[in-house]
Amino acid sequence: MAEAKAVEIKKLAAAGTLRKLLADHFYELDQAVKAGHPKIAWCTSVGPAELLRAMGFLVYFPENHGAMLGASRMATETIPTANAIGYSPEVCSYLTSDIGACLQNRTPLSAAYEGITAIPKPDVLVYNTNQCRDVQDWFAWYGQRWSRPVLGVECYRGVGEVTDVHVAGIAGQLEALVPPLEEIAGARLDPERLRETVRLSRQCSDLWKEVLETAAAVPSPLTFFDSTIHMAPAVVLRGTQVALDYYRALLAELKARIADGVAAVANEQHRLYWDGMPIWGRLRDLATLFLELRTCVVASTYANSWIFNALDPDDPFRSMARAYTELFIVRSDPYKEKYLEQMIATFAVDGLVFHDAKTCPNNTNCRHGMPQRLQERLGVPSITISGDLNDLRCYSDEQTRTQIEAFVEQLAEKR
Amino acid sequence: MTSRWSLGLDIGASATKAVLLDGERVQARALCKSGADFAAAAKACRDEVLTSVGLAACDIERTVATGYGRHRVDFASTSVTEITCHARGCYASFPRAITIIDIGGQDNKVILLEETGARRSFRMNRKCAAGTGAFLEEIAGQLGTPLAALNELARQGTGNVELGSFCTVFAKTELLAWIARGTPLPELARAAFRSVVKRILEMDPLAGEVVMTGGVVAHNALIVELVSAALRREVFVPEYPQYTGAFGAALIARET
Ligand code: SF4
Repeated sequence: MAEAKAVEIKKLAAAGTLRKLLADHFYELDQAVKAGHPKIAWCTSVGPAELLRAMGFLVYFPENHGAMLGASRMATETIPTANAIGYSPEVCSYLTSDIGACLQNRTPLSAAYEGITAIPKPDVLVYNTNQCRDVQDWFAWYGQRWSRPVLGVECYRGVGEVTDVHVAGIAGQLEALVPPLEEIAGARLDPERLRETVRLSRQCSDLWKEVLETAAAVPSPLTFFDSTIHMAPAVVLRGTQVALDYYRALLAELKARIADGVAAVANEQHRLYWDGMPIWGRLRDLATLFLELRTCVVASTYANSWIFNALDPDDPFRSMARAYTELFIVRSDPYKEKYLEQMIATFAVDGLVFHDAKTCPNNTNCRHGMPQRLQERLGVPSITISGDLNDLRCYSDEQTRTQIEAFVEQLAEKR
Repeated sequence: MTSRWSLGLDIGASATKAVLLDGERVQARALCKSGADFAAAAKACRDEVLTSVGLAACDIERTVATGYGRHRVDFASTSVTEITCHARGCYASFPRAITIIDIGGQDNKVILLEETGARRSFRMNRKCAAGTGAFLEEIAGQLGTPLAALNELARQGTGNVELGSFCTVFAKTELLAWIARGTPLPELARAAFRSVVKRILEMDPLAGEVVMTGGVVAHNALIVELVSAALRREVFVPEYPQYTGAFGAALIARET
């Protein structure tokens, strides 16, 4: 038969611990809703989580829920409900799938965690527009629905060099969040606790970075698809000790893989870089396809988004401001191009896969000639896959498969 | 003893093509409708080509399957994408740096080859079928014209009707407006052809020598003429454009 042999995805042992960590996270939130305390803050994935945690809030990340809606493919059924109330199929499908799920009284949490029937209602919603404006609209919808306060930070866009002016602007907004948050929390911000949270968050970020950098080994012990799963603690648990313990164990496992010559993709022949959002509903299919093609997607802009080098416990507000402005997504195209060039070199990749996500222009970097410029300058080929993070109506399995296979055939010709 | 026969099968969205090579020489070609059963179409096409030269399946050394249905061919030695096969087939006819435009039933591809035949890059059309064979089929239906007659009809048009939209559905709505105004059919058919050409010109700057392949090109020479007019230079077409993918697959079968 012409079809490639079925291959098994090599799971990391740490996945078991991860499942437990996430279960604890969601049960703790669910319990807090039932008990009425601690207070719950919703936060965007690269929002000021450290501040919220330091003020005693339990933090819930709707984007994480969005990813679960995508991965479980429940999104396909919930997006149309949000479209029907006026949220266009062209806007963020995390937003539309999440709002649609709320309107349908559904959540993938119910299937994953027995006894949880709904997402945790917030006491406050806090966004940072560093990633996009959609998060603001998203949080505003819930704020209005449940009459809860929505606070936020308005970020700069297309930033070249991050200057003191940027930092001062954002730090000022972060500091301005404190009084209303204190009022909601019913307690004063303890500066020592904030420093400690920033310290833990920085350590988490450093460990996550080390985890991702193991993929520079040839063959790589880690794939992009693994990282989309194992990044969860860096998103939802940064600023906690359990996240550090988790990444130390994961790092040890990956280092052992390197020492033992264990490849994430057996007989790795080609190495690719993924730019853009994951296609959550097709993660497994794509991971399997690349395995069959003996091609390892070793690194990604997406998983790197939770590396915050600038966090500094001695200067919490300013360092948070810098860390959340230094992010790739906030930066100018020339910066992004340089960054990708660095990634190509660090991870010794043979080519790039750009995901043109229909509903997330913010995480899509192939619409202004970037792939062509990189090929022209560095001779690194790429493909652009049309798809979406959650809306599978914008995705063609067959066309994507053909493109990826053809790309790998092209890389093989070069060898 | 090694057999000298190799077979390429291109199971496309609408037609399945077979090319049989005797050493380096094309010995036979066959074409069947792909229908809803790709495996059956592949087998029927193979059997047709074999019967035409009096061979049996066991005489074939290697078979390479390509096209949409490539993974459905259980008797193939391997499968290779149509992008690689079209590139290989075209390069055999035009062994130099070329830009290939392949217009298929469901998608369009632009493939850039280096002097050596190595692929530099390729692009596929976006998700919509606008600009593909499926688009022309839709338009033929709307105009009540057999698909096979569309080319000649479009030739009679002068080109004074323009379709502006990207999307097949919008293009059909635009056509409706022109129909309501009593526009002659040849103008509408020509507008559809020009729309296909526009979709292609959007995909790539189409530098250098351009070669066009695929079933749509085989049956609609006007498309090639319009691309050539837009680029202001000659556009090349292999002798059997619809068989380019199958030919490339057969060449790969012979080489591997
Ligand atoms: S960055 Fe993209 S995926 Fe994330 S919330 Fe904004 S629009 Fe949605």
